[in-house]
Amino acid sequence: MSYIDADHGVTTIQLLDPAGRLVESEAGSELRPYVDALGDDQLRAMHRDMVLTRRFDREAAALARQGQLALWVPSHGQEGAQVGVAHASRPHDHLFPSYREHAVALAKGVDPVDILRLLRGHTHGGWNPADRGNFHVYTLVIGSQTLHATGYAMGLTLDGKTATGDPEVDQAVVTFFGDGATSQGDVSEALVFAASFQTPELFFLQNNQWAISVPVATQSRTPLVNRAIGFGVPGTRIDGNDVLASYAVSRRDLDAARSGAGPRFIEAMTYRIGAHTSSDDPTKYRTDDELQSWIARDPIERFEAFLRSRGEGDAFFAGLDAEGDDLGADIRRRTLELAKPEPRSMFDHVYSEPHPVMREQREWLASYESSFGQDADPTTAATDGGRA
Amino acid sequence: MTDTATNPITSGDATSTGDATRSSLETMPLGRAINAGLRKAMADDPRVLLMGEDIGTLGGVFRVTEGLQAEFGANRVIDTPLAESGIVGTAIGLAMGGFRPVVEIQFDGFIYPGFDQITSQLAKMTARHEGSLQMPVVIRVPYGGHIGAVEHHQESPEAYFAHTAGLRVVSPSTPHDAYWMIQEAIRSNDPVMFFEPKSRYWPKGEVDLADPHAPLHASRVVRTGTEVTLLGHGAMVSTLLQAAEIAAGEGISAEVVDLRSLSPVDYGPILESVRKTGRLVVAQEAPGFVSVGSEIAATVAEKAFYSLEAPVLRVSGFDTPFPPAKLETLYLPDADRVLEAVDRALAY
Repeated sequence: MSYIDADHGVTTIQLLDPAGRLVESEAGSELRPYVDALGDDQLRAMHRDMVLTRRFDREAAALARQGQLALWVPSHGQEGAQVGVAHASRPHDHLFPSYREHAVALAKGVDPVDILRLLRGHTHGGWNPADRGNFHVYTLVIGSQTLHATGYAMGLTLDGKTATGDPEVDQAVVTFFGDGATSQGDVSEALVFAASFQTPELFFLQNNQWAISVPVATQSRTPLVNRAIGFGVPGTRIDGNDVLASYAVSRRDLDAARSGAGPRFIEAMTYRIGAHTSSDDPTKYRTDDELQSWIARDPIERFEAFLRSRGEGDAFFAGLDAEGDDLGADIRRRTLELAKPEPRSMFDHVYSEPHPVMREQREWLASYESSFGQDADPTTAATDGGRA
Repeated sequence: MTDTATNPITSGDATSTGDATRSSLETMPLGRAINAGLRKAMADDPRVLLMGEDIGTLGGVFRVTEGLQAEFGANRVIDTPLAESGIVGTAIGLAMGGFRPVVEIQFDGFIYPGFDQITSQLAKMTARHEGSLQMPVVIRVPYGGHIGAVEHHQESPEAYFAHTAGLRVVSPSTPHDAYWMIQEAIRSNDPVMFFEPKSRYWPKGEVDLADPHAPLHASRVVRTGTEVTLLGHGAMVSTLLQAAEIAAGEGISAEVVDLRSLSPVDYGPILESVRKTGRLVVAQEAPGFVSVGSEIAATVAEKAFYSLEAPVLRVSGFDTPFPPAKLETLYLPDADRVLEAVDRALAY
């Protein structure tokens, strides 16, 4: 038995089986009311977010192959885990991602081109979280964002913005991280601080089984969800390719966190179908059998089967495909049209307040640029030797 | 871990000068001045909060935060778990929520577990957000030698942070500056590394509670002279003043400049002084290689080349780990080592 199939005595919550049938289980029974309360429109919206994210992923991967992105980070396979928790969050919650949470980003209102600005080398951020559903910018140092999320959640408690009993007031924080990140000290420190200060926070772990080439068994010999209880944080393992399980357990845990019950932890068992990034070759470290076993558990196919079993017709799915193609074309066009950043912008926001070194170096660069004449491209002139 | 339970920072009450015309002046130790500055900042702005190890009930191992938790409550003076990365990382999140956290790192050598959060996150957060986010976080670091402590308790790591874009780095040398600079650091919307010369926590000095006298990032001439400029920061300033006094007895007129701000450096007063004296000796406790003193020496050589009568000379800690305490007086530059450099500069 391989590690990923071993249950180690841990229950994995699944509400929708790989064939798209609702599962009856004791563990799942308390969660069913969350699912039963979902209307047709919200179920369609969840499916739409998954499908459009996968289409975005496909377009971005193509742009990367064509040299139009410095890097691409595929999310294929993880859409169910991500869309479930995204739909469970409320508009005033704050979400702190790692860098593969494209489905959450799209569900919270981030423009896909915002993400591509980062991966095309136009910015290190890409958006103002306040304008994008409180979805914070991607963080590339593994695990760092879990501490920012925890600090933000500490502030909610200090400000009385949680545990008031008023759903319009009470906020929570979701922090995303992967199986590799659980080995980082910052994730452990975040769990320590969250437990100490009883933050209104959900730690959402997507265990996609591989930290680039290293299997999760190298990160942990115990199910990662068991780490949570060691920190005094209640944890639940879910089938991460079941969008309904992700939604229901996230709803339950966020309600608890908002009510003042302290932090919660979800380990979503999922799989990165694609490479770690466009620079990676997973055939060097994974077997095709393993890959195929996870493709058979695809979150989108499963949910489509579920929707069809409820009577959803071809028109809806065909409409989504057409919308996806339009989205892909729109993303491609706007990405290729992105204007090159203004060279002097690199000095603009290093500090919030005036800084003599930034002023001096900005002025020097302007003077240097102007020495090449008006028509020269200052970002290439030096290497082209193009003195005017 | 060293616990300096008997230190007199807060046991010595501030004493008024008793001069009616100078009623804004109080005499107090530097540590007590930081305590007073923190209290003022917290009273002025309810978004200011303090966080760190042992800073609440205990008042910090140097007692710099003594009494503040009792006055402002445990929600504004927060005893954190023992994890420097966690402290800095959560301070970042609190700043995202509109707070102005002031973090205490217990000792200089304990800052490295928080180094990634300081350099890769805190320092870059505003640029990453293209200006839509500000990071008003102050990191207080008791630093430097002369206290006879064990390993990791006497270091001078300021160059790492001065090298990092996005951070401001300052170090007061007097109680007056400590009182004002901590308040200005807290008011800054950029992250500020606030290096406190721990060997100077106890000596008293006069604080003008009505007038800061200089902005946060100004360097200042603290003794005038004509033949050589001595430049340093933090605890080194008192050593330079002592050296200048001895030099005066030998007929040498030395000017002393207190750097105060390590990033950005205020070169105006430094260059003006060097253009007058023609000689510069830069002194610091930190190792000399790739240090703040080296950077200033290079810049002065570039900008005041024709005014120099001698090469800029550096006096610093050796390029070794900070030695065991029994050897620290050999490692740390004292007035004699400064004067040895002065003699060399004057010999050109």
